[in-house]
This record gives sequence, C-alpha cells and structure tokens, in this order.
Amino acid sequence: MPNMQPYQNPTYFLILGVALLPIIIGMMFGKKLHWYQTLISFAFLLLTFGGPKWEQGLALIGYIIFEVILIGCYYFYRQKKNATWIFYLAVFLAIIPLIIVKVTPALEGGQLSIIGFLGISYLTFKVVQMIMEIRDGIIKEFKPWLVLQFLLFFPTISSGPIDRYRRFIKDYKTPMARDKYLDLLDKGVWYIFLGFLYKFILAYFFGSRLQPVVMQLAISHGGMSWWVVAFTYVYSMHLFFDFAGYSLFAVGISYIMGIETPMNFNRPFKAHNIKDFWNRWHMTLSFWFRDYIYMRLVFFIMKNKLIKSRITIANLGYLTLFLIMGFWHGLTWYYIVYGLFHACAIILCDAWLRFKKKHQAHIPSNKFTEWFAIFITFNTVCFSFLIFSGFLNVLFFHGTLN
Amino acid sequence: MKDQVIEILENLTGSDEVGKDLDVNLFESGLLDSMGTVQLLLELQSQCGIDVPVSEFERSEWDTPNKIIAKVENMQ
Repeated sequence: MPNMQPYQNPTYFLILGVALLPIIIGMMFGKKLHWYQTLISFAFLLLTFGGPKWEQGLALIGYIIFEVILIGCYYFYRQKKNATWIFYLAVFLAIIPLIIVKVTPALEGGQLSIIGFLGISYLTFKVVQMIMEIRDGIIKEFKPWLVLQFLLFFPTISSGPIDRYRRFIKDYKTPMARDKYLDLLDKGVWYIFLGFLYKFILAYFFGSRLQPVVMQLAISHGGMSWWVVAFTYVYSMHLFFDFAGYSLFAVGISYIMGIETPMNFNRPFKAHNIKDFWNRWHMTLSFWFRDYIYMRLVFFIMKNKLIKSRITIANLGYLTLFLIMGFWHGLTWYYIVYGLFHACAIILCDAWLRFKKKHQAHIPSNKFTEWFAIFITFNTVCFSFLIFSGFLNVLFFHGTLN
Repeated sequence: MKDQVIEILENLTGSDEVGKDLDVNLFESGLLDSMGTVQLLLELQSQCGIDVPVSEFERSEWDTPNKIIAKVENMQ
C-alpha cells in the first residue's frame, strides 16, 4: 500500500486536488457533503498512517478510542458533579499518552515509543481544550461523531493549526452562502500557492541548500565562529518558511473544505517586542498556552489571593508557560533552555513596557526607534532558534542533529 | 452599569483613555494584556456579579470598552 506524508510532494497535492473537487462543487451549490468529507478524510488518514506506517495507524486508533471515551466519561460526570480533583485527573489522563511518547526517547536512548504517531501532540492540545471547556460548562454536548470529526480533521492532523472545538463545529455544521464560499476558496487557493513558494522554494533553499553548507563550515571550524552566526539566520529562515508554508497548506485546504481554520503566522519578524512576537508566531499554539495555561493559572492565583504582587504573578505565569512549552518540544536541555530563554525575554519585555509607560514623556518614539525595536526582537528570536535547533549540542557536546 | 465598567477599565489600565474613546482597541493599543484580562474578569465577578469563565473570553468579542459594556449588560 502506498504511503504519503501530508503535503510531502506534488503527487500528494494532485490527489488532494482531485479528491476535493466534489466538495468544491457541493459547496458551490450550498451543500456540505459530510459523508464524502468523511470518506476522503479516512482515505487521506489511511494514506498517511497506512502501509509501512501501519504501527502508527494502530497507535492513532488506540489513542482516539481512549481519548473519546475519556471526554465522554468526563462530560457525563460533569453534568452531575464538578469536583476539582476529577477535573485534574481527567486532564492528567488525557496527557498521559503524550507524556509517555515524550519521555520514552529520553529514557530509552532515542528509542521511539510504540504508542506514538505523527501529530499526537496536536491532538492532545485539542483534547485538553475540550476537557477544560466541558468543565467551564461551555461545551454543552457530547456527540462522539462530531468529536471524531474535530480531532481527525485531516488537513491539520499532523502539525496544526490547533483549532477550537466550538469554532470548528460551528463551521462544520453551518451552511455557507456561495459568495462567502467563493471568497474563502479564493483565499484558500492563494494560501496554497503561497505555501508552495514558502515550503518548496524558500524553505528548500535555506534548509536543503544553504543550511548543510554553513553547518559543515561551522563544524569544521569548531567552537564559536561566524559560521555559527550564519547558521543562526539560515536556520531561522528555514524554520519559518517550512512551518509557515505547511500552515498555509493546512489553512488553505481547510478553507476549500469550508472550515476557517485559524492562521498560524502573522509576519512574526515584524514584531516590535517578544510579547508581540508570540502574538504572531505559531499563533494557535501560543494562544492555546495563553488561554489554557497562563490565564487559568493567573486566574487561580488571583482568585485565591495566593500571591499579592501582580508582577510576580505574571512572571510566574510566563515561567510556567514557557517551561511547559520547552518540555513539550522534547526532553532535551536545549528545548528547556529555549523555553527559559523566552520566559526571561518576556519578563524583561514586561519590565521595559512598565518603565516605558511611567516615563512616556522622556522616551523618544519615532520611525528609528521602531526599526530598532524590530531589529532587536528579530535578533533575540533568531538567537533563541539557534538554541532550539540543537546545533549548539552538536558543536559543544558532539550530539547529533535530528 | 456603563460607568461602573468604565471605572473598572480605567483602574485596570491606569489611564483615562478608556473613558474618552469607547471604541479604542484595548489589546492593540497595549492597554490590556492577558494579565489585565484576568483582573477584568475578577472585577466583573466581584463588582457586577457576572461570571465569565476564562474559556468564554474570546478576545475579538471583548476588545473595546463598548463591546465589554454590551457583554456585561447582556449577561445581567
């Protein structure tokens, strides 16, 4: 059986284009062909998780059964009672598979866990989000079929963007007027072509052409050299165009299917400070962390008056958020340092914003300071990507790059 | 009710800009951030008696004083 990873090559897009045709025609006539959508979702999941990847396919099926049952059990429990410890238990159970998958390679010398599959972390975000909204009483239904549609929506299954249940289901159910759909279709096709430019030209150029060369030069030079600086920027460009390109595909395909999956990037390198950067970079992930970790933690601390100082609470929130994000990327020193680095950067940024507010009259603000702010932010971010890349681990500790 | 919400916002943002322009975008202008949002929700809870869970808070629906006032009036 053939196997293809999402958006891997032109053939994938060709098959996808043909498979989407009936959906497009249906949408033109204001009809959402749900049964057909389910059929091609299944076909594309089979294409990604079948054939030589059948073990991942089994892991996915097992995971989905477990999580849907968990969501259902918690939903029915929550209709009657609302104990805090049960809520924590449900969240803990929901993330256990992900924890096992993340911890196994660290314990078993790089050996991947058998319960892992492509996209497990993104599915876990969706599940945890549902449990939290069930607790808040905002998700007022449990329809296993809709939960499956939400979790297994194939354009975003491997790496997001991370949608929200209520938003997704609204799009899924509501019929769409032809004008609105044509507009969406137009945007979707444009995003896909922009994605081609990002992923198959720019990311390829930076990632497959330039990056190996500068890496080799940096390694043969040894230690810190200008080649490490060159690597930093080349890698940053590669990372951005690769991921932004992928995200454009996922959003574009979603649009064509009549689902307005949220965007993941909004010109991140134009950010004026680190806080602004996280509102523009991998947005669905950072908003997830903002809404389901940071704000909840801050709310909990303030409501119970555990800490007085607002600044301390905010900083504690940042540290928690970015440490969890670091661990989520994987159990290596450089992912965790990457998280800590961003926590420190955003804490400093907040301190600076407070200072600026106080001394507004004496701090100049013009085109030059704006460019300067963008310059500093860009370089701080690129440096953090150098940490993230794991290349320092190769240079200083003779690690391998994955 | 309107005045009460404006007063809460003025206290939170530490600026009277909120009272002058009821359509100012609180997040884009940097007047409010996630921290301020949580404080806003807690103040609304203690002063106006309305309960907004964090997950109900969709930024685009709460980003100007006018929208917040409308929300609060709706929920009472």
